[in-house]
Amino acid sequence: MTDNVSLDNTLIAAPPAVTPRWLWLLGGYLLIFLLVAVIWESSKALFAIPDYKLPHLTQIAEAFVRPTPKGPVWLILLQDASYTALEALVGFSLGSLTGFAIAVLLQRYVRLRQGFLPYVIASQTVPIIAIAPMIVVGMGRMGAPPWLSKSIIAAYLTFFPVVINVLRGLESVDRDALLLMRSYAATDNQIFRLLRLPTSLPYLFTALKISATASVVGAIIGELPVGSTRGIGVQIVVGSQYNTFNPGFLWATIIAAAMLGLLAYGAVALAEKRIVRWKREA
Amino acid sequence: MGDPIISVQNVSKVYGNANASTVALQDVSLFIEKGEFVSLVGPSGCGKSTLLRLIADLDAPSSGTIQLNGHAPETARKNREYGFVFQAPTLYDWRTVARNAELPLEVMGRDRRDWKPRIDKMLALVGLRDFHEYYPWQLSGGMQQRASIARALSFDPAILLMDEPFGALDEFTRERMNMELLDIWETTHKTILFVTHSISEAVFLSSRIVVMTPRPGRVARLVAIDLPSPRTFETRESRRFFELMTDVRETLKEEFTRHE
Repeated sequence: MTDNVSLDNTLIAAPPAVTPRWLWLLGGYLLIFLLVAVIWESSKALFAIPDYKLPHLTQIAEAFVRPTPKGPVWLILLQDASYTALEALVGFSLGSLTGFAIAVLLQRYVRLRQGFLPYVIASQTVPIIAIAPMIVVGMGRMGAPPWLSKSIIAAYLTFFPVVINVLRGLESVDRDALLLMRSYAATDNQIFRLLRLPTSLPYLFTALKISATASVVGAIIGELPVGSTRGIGVQIVVGSQYNTFNPGFLWATIIAAAMLGLLAYGAVALAEKRIVRWKREA
Repeated sequence: MGDPIISVQNVSKVYGNANASTVALQDVSLFIEKGEFVSLVGPSGCGKSTLLRLIADLDAPSSGTIQLNGHAPETARKNREYGFVFQAPTLYDWRTVARNAELPLEVMGRDRRDWKPRIDKMLALVGLRDFHEYYPWQLSGGMQQRASIARALSFDPAILLMDEPFGALDEFTRERMNMELLDIWETTHKTILFVTHSISEAVFLSSRIVVMTPRPGRVARLVAIDLPSPRTFETRESRRFFELMTDVRETLKEEFTRHE
């Protein structure tokens, strides 16, 4: 009996310390959401902003559940978002692999770096909005499947952060760590595999987090030109065309796109946690 | 005396170009017998670390010849005849202690079945028996340096080159590591060349001390350490220990005043 009492006491004493982290996080997210909602609705009331410029939050929620002949809107958005997600995933994989390969080559051959890097940088100053239609139309004419041109645009936005960060990572090897390899008479390939590659991994993941969201943006941009039939980008175009009649829908598509970006980022962050396990917890 | 296991003859090392050059080492000669524990002592800038790196072929001399076991340093490095311990533990963050200690075996393509028994033995020798699966950041500085010593010993090189391995440790940890290093030296019969700027550490550990002076780095004197073995905690309190320390210190002071 006394044992039970003492056990109860410890249980009562414990809770303040063990409030789970995710609960704090969830509370924080909710708080920020509420704050944004208050600012949103009060500025709408205060400045008399019409619905087609800024709909009520309830209108956005309504837009999600509105039924259509093909099912409720949220289901349609989910299908389109999945399609965009696939395009982005293909582009992301293609872009990060290419970016990684370029970084490895540029690290190995200094001459190549001096000649090639300016082009890599220049590629990113070209406004993607301007060349996206050319890629979509051009590849469509060549008979490529419609998703491929979107993936290519996603890859185009993905590869650059990977090149820059991985190159930095491969170069940021500790001098003594390198001398240690030299003292073992290690080959260049061993130095790459056992030292440079692991050193670059945290840098790679920083790049992949940027690239994951960029690949979603790339795929959506690819869906904007006339002629596209599927994807969240198509719904965004539809939403902006019918915004006056159905002011909640455009925002619903924007939220769907944002969720997709979050999901992409989260997937990379999770992979990083699994793979880069040697880092001290902050 | 047989052939020295390490021989350094008239070695100089000059850094920089014709306009601005620093003479790191000038006409250094040194012969080390198999099984000796030799320390290079001197203030910073005396070229002791440079000399160690030249012997390890981590850098090339400007003139003079160096031989390990009768080979040029480059050959000795390629034959994996020495193990090098840096001042920083230089462990790979992404490898556990055991995987770090295995690194040379992996690079050298040693039979994978031999890894575990060797690593078990070496980690036990340095007192890390229970820390195989720890990552470097989970260990104290002293433990990290032990792991780095286990790594250097794992492939059983005849020579151990140590560049101020305990320089970053506190006094107590350093003295304990000194005792452990002597144990290792006595059980493994390695030849150890040890760089330090601590006179007491050098006197305690060594069978011979090479006193070096800076600008340019030269060998000022060789001091034979005739303290009885095995050395214990009491060794540091013996009269002879103080005499030898004073002797080394006087040499350094003389050289220092001569430069002023």
